[in-house]
Amino acid sequence: MSAGETLAVLGGGAEAQPSGARIRRAAVGLLVPLAALVIWAASAQYGWLPIQILPEPLVVWDSLVQLWSSGELLDHARVSLLRVVYGFSAGAAAGLALGLAMGLSETVEDYVRPLFTALAQVPTLASIPLLMLPLGIDEALKVVIIAKAAFVPMTLNAFAGVRGVPAQLVEVAQAFRFTRLQLLRRVILPGAVAPIFTGVRYGLTKSWTALVAVELLASSEGLGYLLVWGRQMFWLDVVIVAMIAIGVVGFLMDKTLALAETRLQRWRVTAV
Amino acid sequence: MTRTTQKILRGLALPVGLLGLWQLSASLGWTDVRFLPPLDEVGGTFLRELGSGGLATNIGASLGRNLAGFALGAGLGLAFGTATGLSRPFDRLFGPSFHALKQIALLAWVPLISMWFGFGETAKVAFIALGAFIPVALNTHEGMRSASAQLVEVGTALRFSRAQFLRKLFLPSALPSIATGLQLGLIYSWLGTIGAEYFMAVGPGIGGLIIAGRERFEMDLVMVGVVLLGVIGFALNALATAATNRLLVWRTA
Repeated sequence: MSAGETLAVLGGGAEAQPSGARIRRAAVGLLVPLAALVIWAASAQYGWLPIQILPEPLVVWDSLVQLWSSGELLDHARVSLLRVVYGFSAGAAAGLALGLAMGLSETVEDYVRPLFTALAQVPTLASIPLLMLPLGIDEALKVVIIAKAAFVPMTLNAFAGVRGVPAQLVEVAQAFRFTRLQLLRRVILPGAVAPIFTGVRYGLTKSWTALVAVELLASSEGLGYLLVWGRQMFWLDVVIVAMIAIGVVGFLMDKTLALAETRLQRWRVTAV
Repeated sequence: MTRTTQKILRGLALPVGLLGLWQLSASLGWTDVRFLPPLDEVGGTFLRELGSGGLATNIGASLGRNLAGFALGAGLGLAFGTATGLSRPFDRLFGPSFHALKQIALLAWVPLISMWFGFGETAKVAFIALGAFIPVALNTHEGMRSASAQLVEVGTALRFSRAQFLRKLFLPSALPSIATGLQLGLIYSWLGTIGAEYFMAVGPGIGGLIIAGRERFEMDLVMVGVVLLGVIGFALNALATAATNRLLVWRTA
């Protein structure tokens, strides 16, 4: 988070600068996309590039409107989102469990961590063909791949979160003769919340990337499939629309979690 | 038994147990050997591919395009990040577009890039370069911005020239951040290499080897390839970490 954002949070979201300057800045930022659009339109108009390389901006706009109003775009997005929801919840839950177990017990850490570290080295993308053979190319493959993508960061962050709880706090709890359950619920989990949330956010980003990968390699619906389909048909407008949709969904997911994270931090500040 | 040996023994228990179970189940026919070929067969495939020189060619091809793409993307990322970091107008012009495009998952660029550049080496290198460009540009930008205002004042008082500002002030304070960016760029360019070879499976490369293995249902070949991808990625990252620590030794000194 940049210093400006931090300040905005501390100041209750007060605007740091007058609105006139903000508008001017936004306008300057739009100059490059606008210029690109003009060159793009001119190139299409005068046929500088073949239409398979760059269709007219209006064609892209038309297919965006068409894919949107026919509900096709939303259908694909829904399929993709559902896959992420299933895969991410499975992977994040498993990662949380393993991370907590490794964090709480050195014995579990000794046994599991080397294997976990070795397996975590294999990129999610790389493991797709490996899992394709036994799992086929159906939903199971997608959910497993997405779960794996969320599992690794979730485990690492939950583990780090538990280990990051100050030893003094644990000592105090022990002095008060907390039971193990009390220690877990009152001291360790609240102390580990922030890193765990980082794991959630990071895991969700990874899940989304993994979804795109697995849908590109094997699927018959979803935003990734829309990309492949557009590519096969040489419909660049569809490809561009799908790219925009993937970017927007990814952005919205991350923004939502970032917002939740600042909320969480505010709660932490007032709680301490 | 000391704590360290206990740790090592415990760490080995699970992998060795699983590998043993794997070999046992394959030789006793508990599982379908098409999905889980016996361990010795996978090892045999590795040695055979290694001996025939096919593996070396594929590794060389993958590493070559990885480094080419990384060099291109990191170079552009350094230039772009420096420009946006040091010049407000440039940042305001190009920053928003960059941040918007960055939202698109890297792999989603593959179809577009393959339409523009085909399936050959150009397309692969362009895609890998894109993977390296984004983290390098971001971190260079952050690093250039991190120069302390007091130092800038001192530089102004000393009437530093622009080149002096860059060399004596901005570059040194940006170096740690740039190093992080380069390391991330290396990781992403390796992911980009895998992606490029999976989706544009033409020509030699480990990714192409895996895709071919999958199409011919040769699980042993796929396994060898996937392990190789992991090992090479790990080695690249370890090398980058070592180089970074070496380079930034002066910071702690």
